[in-house]
Amino acid sequence: MADHPPSNRRCNKVTKSMGDRSAPKRKSDAVFFAVTGGLSSCYVLLVLLLLIADVRFVSPSAFLEAVAKPEIRSSIELTLLTCTTAAILSLWVATPLGYLLSRFEFRGRWIIEALVDIPMVLPPLVLGLSLLILFHQPLSLFGAGSSSLEEWIRQTVGIGVTHHWPAIVLAQFTVASAFAVRTMRVAFDQIDPRGEDIARTLGCTRGQAFLRIAMPQASRGLVAATAIAWARSLGEFGPILVFAGATRMRTEVLSTSVFLELSVGQLDAAVAVSLLMVAMATAVLLVLRLAGTKLSR
Amino acid sequence: MIELQGISVSQGDFQLESLSLTVPSGGEAVLMGGNGAGKTTVLEVICGLRKPSSGSVRLGGKDVTTSPPGSRGIGYVPQDRSLFPNLNVFENLAFALRVRGAERSVTRNRVNELAEQLGLTPLLSRDVRSLSGGESQRVAIGRALVFEPSVLLLDEPTSALDENTRRQTTELLINLKSQLKMTTLHVTHRRDEAAQLADRIYELRRGDLHLIADSSEEESVAEET
Repeated sequence: MADHPPSNRRCNKVTKSMGDRSAPKRKSDAVFFAVTGGLSSCYVLLVLLLLIADVRFVSPSAFLEAVAKPEIRSSIELTLLTCTTAAILSLWVATPLGYLLSRFEFRGRWIIEALVDIPMVLPPLVLGLSLLILFHQPLSLFGAGSSSLEEWIRQTVGIGVTHHWPAIVLAQFTVASAFAVRTMRVAFDQIDPRGEDIARTLGCTRGQAFLRIAMPQASRGLVAATAIAWARSLGEFGPILVFAGATRMRTEVLSTSVFLELSVGQLDAAVAVSLLMVAMATAVLLVLRLAGTKLSR
Repeated sequence: MIELQGISVSQGDFQLESLSLTVPSGGEAVLMGGNGAGKTTVLEVICGLRKPSSGSVRLGGKDVTTSPPGSRGIGYVPQDRSLFPNLNVFENLAFALRVRGAERSVTRNRVNELAEQLGLTPLLSRDVRSLSGGESQRVAIGRALVFEPSVLLLDEPTSALDENTRRQTTELLINLKSQLKMTTLHVTHRRDEAAQLADRIYELRRGDLHLIADSSEEESVAEET
């Protein structure tokens, strides 16, 4: 019993000193949250105002009228088809490349990392122009025949690429893959490679360890990469305009529809299509986020 | 039998030079040494996760230096356990059998038998992320034993366990040793654990391996006298 009072005194001292320190701390916290919150809300507010302005600009009837146009309907269908194809193709590239970059040190890795990042930083029109040049350059420059890649594909497969729907997919895929690779690499970076090593001691080949241990743990990353690749494909415009063109009902996706409607002075229709794109992107992100949350449980 | 002959490993500033070690068939050796001495590296070389720059690894008389880890028939229990978080306890235990394409009934029976032996039966459907330290250690040991390997490598199996769990795990390892008669190499910091389990004690000091105790020789000398 005799020991308690001094110990209580010590506690009181500690509490008092903590209280003394916490008062200025609360003030500095308030300043910190005011500055960070203020700066952050500026951007969030800007995005919100953009959306509100779009919604207020178009009446529901004008929106429905625009969406009912046969060109826009065809554009919606082609957008869904090309974005999904580009996203799926991106994952086929991003998963192995992200895994290799995450797990292995090899000579020239930095060159591959830099090359993968190029489509993200290249001006979109330059990317479209580069695709156009690649497909129309004589293959003799690469030491293989005198015809171009475009002609070779047309003769072999029977369909053209440039100014056809495959050009849209290729333009979307080129940019979307860069983002998907980065996402998958981060996803694999967050998984302890030790599990794959242990799986190999238990009888797995490298491939089996990848499929049985790494891939199931990377499922959230896979969902995120799909969302990013799909959303990037939806927003792609520059490379599509140069490489695929903007022919109505043929190579018209929603981003080109906005451009085409604007170029003929149909502002209502352009904004209606823009709103549709916002709704589609939001829906995809929500669905994939829900799926990601379920996978993480 | 585990035989290392002139193993050298070099990675950055870290180096192991010309290590040789033998663990007789069915025997248990303990490898001791300070932090960063390279004990885990030695285990990784034996199980094929790390390539030595020179030297050879022989298991049961067969040179496996260039063999892939999965074909060496080694059960490896890493220090951090590395249970597969995407699989439950049953699936972790069954992993090696499923990879080998064992029939479902064979896998189920073997896993149930092992779970009984390790006291894991009530935990079979549990998520491995919800297990305590001692429980996850038993799962890691079971996962390594399920395919009846000829060699068992244990990397500090009682580290990061409380005193009671550590004692239980050591008892479990002693029981397994007497039941399974596997060739075992066991890394530990604890001299008492080494003395309880090992026939031979090696110590890794500044990149050199020293045999500091060999009870099998003492026993044979005692028998002769």
